[in-house]
Amino acid sequence: MRSSLLRILALIRKEFLAVLKDPRSRFIIFLPPVLQCLIFGYAATFDLNSISYAVLDQDHSAASTALIARLDGSGIFKRQADLSRAEDIATWVNASRALLVIQIDQDFERNLRAGAAAPVEVIADGRNSNTAGTALGYFNQVVEDFNSDWRSNHGQVSRSVRILNRSWYNPNLDSSWSIIPSLIGTLTMMGTLMLTALSVAREREQGTFDQLLVTPFRPYEIMIGKAAPNMVIGLAQSTTVLLVAQFWFRIPFVGSFAVLYGGLTLFLMAAVGLGLLVSSIAKTMQQAMLYAFLLVMPFALLSGLATPFSSMPDVLQTVMIINPLRYALDLTKRVYLEGAGLRVLVPDFAPLVIIGMVTLTGAAWLFRRRLT
Amino acid sequence: MENWDAKWRRIWALTRKETRQILRDPSSIAIGIVFPLMMILLFGYGLSLDVTKVSVAVVDQDRSANSAGLIAAFRLSPYFKLTPPRSMAEATTQVLTRKVDGILQIPSNFSRRWHEGTAEIQILVDGTDANQARIMQGYAAGPVVIWSAAQQGLGTSVTGGTAIVVSRVWFNAANDSHYFIVPGLIVLVMTIIGGFLTAMVVAREWERGTLEALFVTPMRAGEFLISKFVPYFGLGMIGFVLCLLAAELLFHVPLRGSLSLLFLASMVYLVVALGIGLLVSTLVKSQFLASQLAMLLTFLPAMMLSGFIYDLRSMPAAIRAITYVLPARYAVALLQTLFLAGNVGSVIWLNLGVLALMAVGLLLATRLATHKRIT
Repeated sequence: MRSSLLRILALIRKEFLAVLKDPRSRFIIFLPPVLQCLIFGYAATFDLNSISYAVLDQDHSAASTALIARLDGSGIFKRQADLSRAEDIATWVNASRALLVIQIDQDFERNLRAGAAAPVEVIADGRNSNTAGTALGYFNQVVEDFNSDWRSNHGQVSRSVRILNRSWYNPNLDSSWSIIPSLIGTLTMMGTLMLTALSVAREREQGTFDQLLVTPFRPYEIMIGKAAPNMVIGLAQSTTVLLVAQFWFRIPFVGSFAVLYGGLTLFLMAAVGLGLLVSSIAKTMQQAMLYAFLLVMPFALLSGLATPFSSMPDVLQTVMIINPLRYALDLTKRVYLEGAGLRVLVPDFAPLVIIGMVTLTGAAWLFRRRLT
Repeated sequence: MENWDAKWRRIWALTRKETRQILRDPSSIAIGIVFPLMMILLFGYGLSLDVTKVSVAVVDQDRSANSAGLIAAFRLSPYFKLTPPRSMAEATTQVLTRKVDGILQIPSNFSRRWHEGTAEIQILVDGTDANQARIMQGYAAGPVVIWSAAQQGLGTSVTGGTAIVVSRVWFNAANDSHYFIVPGLIVLVMTIIGGFLTAMVVAREWERGTLEALFVTPMRAGEFLISKFVPYFGLGMIGFVLCLLAAELLFHVPLRGSLSLLFLASMVYLVVALGIGLLVSTLVKSQFLASQLAMLLTFLPAMMLSGFIYDLRSMPAAIRAITYVLPARYAVALLQTLFLAGNVGSVIWLNLGVLALMAVGLLLATRLATHKRIT
């Protein structure tokens, strides 16, 4: 028992040395999470802060001028051009110089005064249909405000229902509040899974793994010796991202660190387990990296990070039961923003334990079989 | 020209060796053929920004004909799935346990205030997914406007002059998010085949010492690079064709530009991606470092900073400035335009020109970085 522990400790020490000895690899373990967190924290947003538009005003009336002034005053709509001919619309949209082109017909004001419907035509560049939808939404909002002002200024009565929007845990619906806590799990998984997969593959490529197998090490000891250091490095990466989230983006952390780190440890067990499983199948480092990548990619993109998990087809939602990141995202976000406690998080913790157990025992078993 | 002959024979021999190395390695085949197919199927079907069927708990504290009418309007909307009326406390628990996405609360004074013209309702959402929450708030405006318009049509004859927005979305009238995700996916696939796979090939030869063995042969640095380049270029183009077929046959993404321009654009971008991979591989000489750098320089920017999912127009100016250095943004702009808009000269030549310059620059840099020298 004691000698087993000593062997494991020796292997752990050697693993740390192998990774952290080279200054370049120290650098590559800790710099990317910080850089990515900063860049993605700002880049991964669906909020539009600036909408370029061109206008074709055929009415030239007080009403059309008021509508355009309202757009320009919104701070979001940026007028690029006043068009004079309908033929110009295509040029501006095609060349991506305007996201929206607004066309106001010549009877616009007359219709409004008559109390009738006055159409405003908007053409949106749908090359990114999500952006087009958001821009149209903002435009509708501006027109809505214009309408109610117009009516009250011209003595036309209208009743309306005001919608009070309130959101919990993220009062201003700031995208970075949902993205950055998610990055804790995502960036850690990308780093750790690759690192783990490569660590065994490197030994295999260099022939030292065969030597390890003839030592008194038992397969599970090798497994623990390989898993533990990578989990520690993973926790360090998570902490780096957590620090950036709190001290750079200043997103208030309302949960308990004990719960968060408990969850992250289970998550890292699952991620490292997957990495070891990959590395026990791969023969070369290139193979290990590719297999790890083939696993990380779908896990990262289909975890709910980029697009809502509930918008995915049911089949994929079922397949993603095996995706540890999915649980990690849920748990980090809920602990971070909602302050969720252990009891509500059982549906996230339990699958992570199962994935970790299955992959780690699987890897230990495969270590023994895959001697070539 | 015996010299030329020998040169091409050497290139041919090395290319053949490299090709065999790819063909005999199941993981390379996986990334050349399985990977593009998997990407396009998984993400084509899996990545959807279209939020449908938001589940909402309705708390009706008014219990009047008016509130029932408003709830009916929400029920008719294709975007909402309503759960039966409950108490506020119960609805709150449902949000916390993720049973519903939000709450529609109609306060007890709703009818009275509607007649006074100051009615209010409350939409409460869980903001941990900010995007979904905002989309949901946007959807809620629809039924409310429909109901209040219908109500006023019935009750009084007053209708105000109203500016009505008639919107048309060009290039994607059906508002299908696949249309812009699939061209972006093609860029992502080529980035990975080009940048990621090649990042390890030169580093591997350094690590294994086979490059030193090549030093003693008459082979020149340029010839060595060509032999590394050609097979992976082939692999990348196979991936591209597979993606293109999937885009057309499975997702029915329109191809409004010309096919030859699309091929040209993809080839140029593939050269850029290969250039980055080879340059990284040549410079760091370690497979682990090369793989991490390639991930940082090619895959992540192609996913996050290219306009593939997140629109560049949404990003702050400083981040947008970074994207100008990265080739992926030009490729995504090119492919989205060629697929959806057509041969728009100004967009195509500008982006293609930048990519071509990058390709030449990267190849030259790689050539300069390759020495037949032991370090």
